Amino acid sequence: MLRLYGKIFRTGMLTERVPAIPKDETVEREGARLKAVIDKRFRSSLAIRQVDAGSCNGCELEIHALNNVYYNVERFGVHFVASPRHADILMVTGPVSRHMEAALKRTYEATADPKWVIAVGDCGVCGGEFGVSYASCGAVSNVIPVDLAIPGCPPTPIDLLRGLLTLLLKPEANRTHR
Amino acid sequence: MNQSEEFDPKNSDRRVSITMENTHPPTENVDVCRALFTTLISEGIKARPITPSPLPPADLIEIESGDWGRTAQQASAQNWRWAGAWAEDRGTDLAMNACLEKQGGYLVIRTHLPADNPSLPSHAPYYWAADRVERHIQDLFGICFADHPDPKRWIRHQAWDENTFPLRKDFPAGGQVPASTPPDNDYPFLKAHGASVYEIPVGPVHAGIIEPGHFRFQAVGETVLHLEERLGYVHKGIEKIAEGRDPLELVKLAGRVSGDTTVGHAWAACMAMERAAKVDIPPRAAYIRGLLAERERVINHLWDLGALCNDVGFAAGYYQFGRLRELWLRENQALFDHRLMMNTLVPGGVGVDVPPEAPVRMRDSAASLRRELDELLTILDANSSLEDRFLTTGVLSSELASALGALGYVGRASGRTFDVRRDAPYSPYDRLNVRVPVESQGDVASRFWVRYKELRAALRLIEQMLADLPPGELAAEWPSSPEGAEGFGAVEGWRGEILCYVRFGADDRISRYYPRDPSVINWPALEKLVLGNIVPDFPVCNKSVNGSYSGHDL
Repeated sequence: MLRLYGKIFRTGMLTERVPAIPKDETVEREGARLKAVIDKRFRSSLAIRQVDAGSCNGCELEIHALNNVYYNVERFGVHFVASPRHADILMVTGPVSRHMEAALKRTYEATADPKWVIAVGDCGVCGGEFGVSYASCGAVSNVIPVDLAIPGCPPTPIDLLRGLLTLLLKPEANRTHR
Repeated sequence: MNQSEEFDPKNSDRRVSITMENTHPPTENVDVCRALFTTLISEGIKARPITPSPLPPADLIEIESGDWGRTAQQASAQNWRWAGAWAEDRGTDLAMNACLEKQGGYLVIRTHLPADNPSLPSHAPYYWAADRVERHIQDLFGICFADHPDPKRWIRHQAWDENTFPLRKDFPAGGQVPASTPPDNDYPFLKAHGASVYEIPVGPVHAGIIEPGHFRFQAVGETVLHLEERLGYVHKGIEKIAEGRDPLELVKLAGRVSGDTTVGHAWAACMAMERAAKVDIPPRAAYIRGLLAERERVINHLWDLGALCNDVGFAAGYYQFGRLRELWLRENQALFDHRLMMNTLVPGGVGVDVPPEAPVRMRDSAASLRRELDELLTILDANSSLEDRFLTTGVLSSELASALGALGYVGRASGRTFDVRRDAPYSPYDRLNVRVPVESQGDVASRFWVRYKELRAALRLIEQMLADLPPGELAAEWPSSPEGAEGFGAVEGWRGEILCYVRFGADDRISRYYPRDPSVINWPALEKLVLGNIVPDFPVCNKSVNGSYSGHDL
């Protein structure tokens, strides 16, 4: 047990300050704004339900990485939840396979209003490598309304963080409450 | 065989641990093939060896369709492993292929069927692994496997009609789809009846950040009586949309068959295409592919070791392994411009180089990871609650593993020793000393330790490859492949053996692509090993197998 505590102690705090994004603003500042938005609008807690609607699982690996010690997305008040009933945001990876079409729609319907949908990855955004076929509906927006697209194959954890910021910093007027 | 020197001696009394060195003599493929061939002839089966084989290093035997089942029966009696099957619409007829393996030698048996009402005896009565693969072919080609013990649909849900077959050439890739696809409500799951038996449906949308699939449990109290998997939710039509692609586009698609195995699948596809087009890749390209593949093994093993800790509530282990993985992902980004190493392979070689400063960096990170693992192993090993959850949980007996043909770490945790890198070696592994750790208990702990040891073995391989990294070109020039040229590839991905079949059509375009992910073979093992365990242990059992949904569903 001492060894375990020793290891934890020696590993120390690795969580990184969020690196800079273009336009000379640091994401740290954005992170503070994000946290401010989440604190105010979501009572300090933003719940995301991730839905794999047909991905190759590459996007899932990077979404998972948001929770590792370096990105530690929970510090901004963002956490991944097990049920769409608990979620503010659906983070959907694609392409949406036709076999997942009904399940995705039901998950969307099960999410309480107001809700937002983020399409993650090139496939979720536009169909990517798989496009539309007898087996694939392509982009997430072909199946449910999408508020924000985060492209990338797969998007890196930093891309995902930036995407989340963009969504939450959108002017209230652009928001669609459903 | 020799005792593994890398395994902590403190544990050596607890479990038998063997590491098999690369000491096999060159494969005697000819002899085992001849033995089977002689038996087939003596059984009155009209077997016709095709020489030279169009699918080297695999041999090819053509038989009459009526003898399809009996051939499998004879092969099974001679302990051939059933490794996969694929069909192909050749316009005038359908070709049906099955791939067998024995002692590192591959044999493809092939038969031809009429396009109208094709019917064939099944391999499933002799080989468990053939069950779902044949149903996949039945749903996509309309081939009827006459004596299949359980011929219900598998990959087809409701996206296409049961009388249309997407992989027939006359089926348009766009399909004939309705405005929306209904849910698949009436799949005939096995039901258990009786007092206090209850059913738990799980999925397709799961509670975590994972791929979709459905699990139907029958349980009594906390004990799992029966588990039935229902997959196919992420079927994206990969085999269909591969048709008409050029070689580079195919490698890109192959790299997304299962995102966590992007190097493995891209390599298998490249290998099949290179053999079809008779292209020799430069030695440097082979070594770089090897480095990429071993790095892929490292990042995935780290991730799953952490996830296994997490599934039994040992958060510190989860975060430590996750930290080590992130360091390697960042190094991938720095060296190969992509965290998961996507798009690094090209037909004929590789699209990335190992820059001059990289070997020192990679050697350092291998050494530092090894130090960290030493430290973590001591911590993990002293953790009795971890041991309590891992030991004797989810046991896959060696008999069952053998009957299923279990691959990769799932097979090797249950006493099976097969590893493509050692038993059917391809460049660069034919020049390396490949260690294959094997355990025999078949429980979650065995799968954990096999992966831990494979991680160490991968680090050794990385160091060997860096030491011998040859100079030279990164890719051979790609010639136009002749129409009809076909190729077969087999590589050891981090999950186990990946097979790939490719045939070219006109203008260097792909006419048929079939990737067989090891998950296809290993998914049924999960149904078996979870029996008698408590329902709350299902996540850790599932993670210890970690089948790819995407790689299975295609």
